[in-house]
Amino acid sequence: MSLVNFTTREITCKIVYYGPGRSGKTTNLHYIYGRVPDSRRGRMVSLATQTDRTLFFDFLPIDLGQISGFNTRFQLYTVPGQVYYNATRRLVLQGADGVVFVADSQARQLDENLESLQNLQSNLLEHGVDIRTMPLVLQYNKQDLPRELILSTADLDDALNFRGVASFSADALHGVGVFETLKGVSEMVLKRLAAGSTA
Amino acid sequence: MTTALNAKYTFETFVIGTANRLAVTAGRTVAENPGSAYNPLFIYSGSGLGKTHVLMAIGHAAKRLAPTLNVEYLTLDEYVEAFHAAIAAGQGDAFRRRFQNVDVLLVDDVQFLSNRKEMQSELLRLTEALQGAGHQIVLTSDRPPPEIADLDERLISRLSGGLVVDIGVPDYETRVAILRRKAEERGTSFQPGVLETVAGLEFANVRELMGALNRLVAFQAVNDQPINAEATKQLLSAAAAAARAAAPVAPGVSPGSGDEFGAFLADVTVTVGKAVEVWRARVGEAVLRWRGEGYRTHRLERLLEQETPAAVDEAIAEFVGDVERLKALQAEVGQLDPQASGESVFRDPERMSEAEEAAAKVRAGVAPPPGPSGAFPLAGYAVGSSNEVAVSAVRAVLDQPGKKYNPLVLVGKSGLGKTHLLNALGLELDRANGAVVACLSTQAFIDELIAAIDGNRVDWWRARYRRATALLLDDIHLIAGKERTQEELFNLFNLLQDQERQLAFTAPAHPNTLTGIEERVVSRLEGGLVAELKEPDRAVKRAVLERLLAGQNVTPEPALLDYLADRPSDSVRSLVGVAQRVVGAAAAEDVPLTAGLAREVLEGQAPREERRSSGFRTSGIVVSSLGGIKSREKMVWDWPEVADRLIEELR
Repeated sequence: MSLVNFTTREITCKIVYYGPGRSGKTTNLHYIYGRVPDSRRGRMVSLATQTDRTLFFDFLPIDLGQISGFNTRFQLYTVPGQVYYNATRRLVLQGADGVVFVADSQARQLDENLESLQNLQSNLLEHGVDIRTMPLVLQYNKQDLPRELILSTADLDDALNFRGVASFSADALHGVGVFETLKGVSEMVLKRLAAGSTA
Repeated sequence: MTTALNAKYTFETFVIGTANRLAVTAGRTVAENPGSAYNPLFIYSGSGLGKTHVLMAIGHAAKRLAPTLNVEYLTLDEYVEAFHAAIAAGQGDAFRRRFQNVDVLLVDDVQFLSNRKEMQSELLRLTEALQGAGHQIVLTSDRPPPEIADLDERLISRLSGGLVVDIGVPDYETRVAILRRKAEERGTSFQPGVLETVAGLEFANVRELMGALNRLVAFQAVNDQPINAEATKQLLSAAAAAARAAAPVAPGVSPGSGDEFGAFLADVTVTVGKAVEVWRARVGEAVLRWRGEGYRTHRLERLLEQETPAAVDEAIAEFVGDVERLKALQAEVGQLDPQASGESVFRDPERMSEAEEAAAKVRAGVAPPPGPSGAFPLAGYAVGSSNEVAVSAVRAVLDQPGKKYNPLVLVGKSGLGKTHLLNALGLELDRANGAVVACLSTQAFIDELIAAIDGNRVDWWRARYRRATALLLDDIHLIAGKERTQEELFNLFNLLQDQERQLAFTAPAHPNTLTGIEERVVSRLEGGLVAELKEPDRAVKRAVLERLLAGQNVTPEPALLDYLADRPSDSVRSLVGVAQRVVGAAAAEDVPLTAGLAREVLEGQAPREERRSSGFRTSGIVVSSLGGIKSREKMVWDWPEVADRLIEELR
């Protein structure tokens, strides 16, 4: 998928929220959905199980309107976090312009975080994409939980952010850090415009 | 009662973008064909987006295309007030009649019809009457007809029956274009990036945008130094924040996080702006602008596909140059053949050569109307007391074409030089820059019209003459009894006279003595100056003869000139005929051209003449015994040689 189409004057950014199950990816999207004016957002598509687990993926299109003469659209996706939905995850990841890795800050979820991160890397490789070239930010979600249950952002950085990408502390349920994260990944994605605009 | 149109509100001063293009196109169409294209035209938009501007622009455009149109602009409130005043004065019917005679009625702000039942039925009746009479009505409102509260169903369907268009909020590029134009109008210049920053902020309408610009202008004026993009943002966002704080906050939204999306959008805008190279933005702006005006922009779009194109500015400038040329071509073609000007080739700068060809074709098809004959220069026109009035009138016309004597009618008998003078006038007028002088005989004019009717292209024929900067018709009396030609001439006459273009005619007698010509045409012919040419006086005759003989490389002896000039002759043409006979005879007999020879040729055997009539005079006039004066010339004493007769006939 071409990120910038100079002929039709469109910019389309596909941003995928990735992470282990129950880390809060869909919550991120819900919060964004609630803040985007009606005229700017498409229908949020959510395919969830009866227990509100994402079955396939969530999809939220946002129309940013004309920016510098470009019709700019963001497409936000989440992947199902559970291990056994890997095929869906790979599918959703296809053609992504940027990835937000939503990590669960709870100490006991560290392994799941690491596993999911590795899964991201291998799925990207399946698509022939090196994770080092992919715009990626980390979001340490659920930082509102009691101190004793969670790891600090510094600890999480040590554990997960071995590539030294931008990381954001967040409380997606209440919206803290949600837009900061989106902004972070958007800037990385859009900065590639200059370099890879004609690709 | 009605408001004058604001001279600033024309289509030329309206910045066209994607959001308002439909409204402008519809408006232009209506102005060009009032009453027939979209009737009624209903334009709605939020406040400050240009409804009134477009409405008045329609009025200006319609008025310019047809100056006689009765165009009225008023707001609904004014209409209501006038209606109430008329009712109070017992002049309700007069009020109704007054508005039914308006050709283009422009009513602003009809949303105020809510809860005014009697005005609704009045407007319904007026709309019906205007539509019935083929008059145009254009209305504006801040919302579409069905959303105007408490509006009569019939009125809704009536108002929606023509065309309902809306004007949206201008997009970023249009905002930049508006700001640039307004800054230019105010004679202010800003540092690069300032206007773009302003345009990047969210404004609900153009008026707010203007407010922001005014603030910048004021700031810059007070601070004596140019404001930069960063300061602009601070200056305006403070104001915007104040406005936002005043706006009601939706329930459930925690304070501080009210416009997270807006902030996000602003940041993304900045990032995109940085990422998309400046040249791309410039090209994109140009693409949008020209596409908005309906031109094909493939050439510019191809630039965008290149990695690092060279000479972007030059390419854009070249494109703009081509578009300007296309506009010029289209305008030119539009005058000649309105239909052809609609061809898509005039909107595609990539097909310049095709456009030039198409224009050339139209130009060739619409050859300019027949011009004056080069054989009749003004310098070659002999002036004497008999024609000096006419000649000085012609000179006065040349001083101020279309202003002094319009029309000029040259009156005189056949052969006195009317045609020469008319053509001479045409030739002189033709020297002016861009002059299109139509100079032809009335008969040719009639024949062309008949051919045009026959070929079903009267419009084309009309267009051809409407271009003329001067219309000169010889022998105007020939339109007697030609009703259609009189009709067309009448219209053409009015059109050209309105535009101060010169009209001139020749006729054998004063227009009011001509029969078979409609009164309205006669009165128009009389409206300028009627100058009479009399029988040529001696000075004219001498001058004519000198020129004629010099033209044939003959050096005449003065006695011959005196003799010929002294002979009575009722027209220049007969004088020329006589002189030709003498020259012909001299050539045939191979003898020098002398007064004696002329006498011999014109009066037969001079000696014998002398013997036959004692009343002979050198002037050639014979006093008969019966007391009448007869010109020898009028009598056939000797049949001229065949060669001489031929010359006569050829003349």
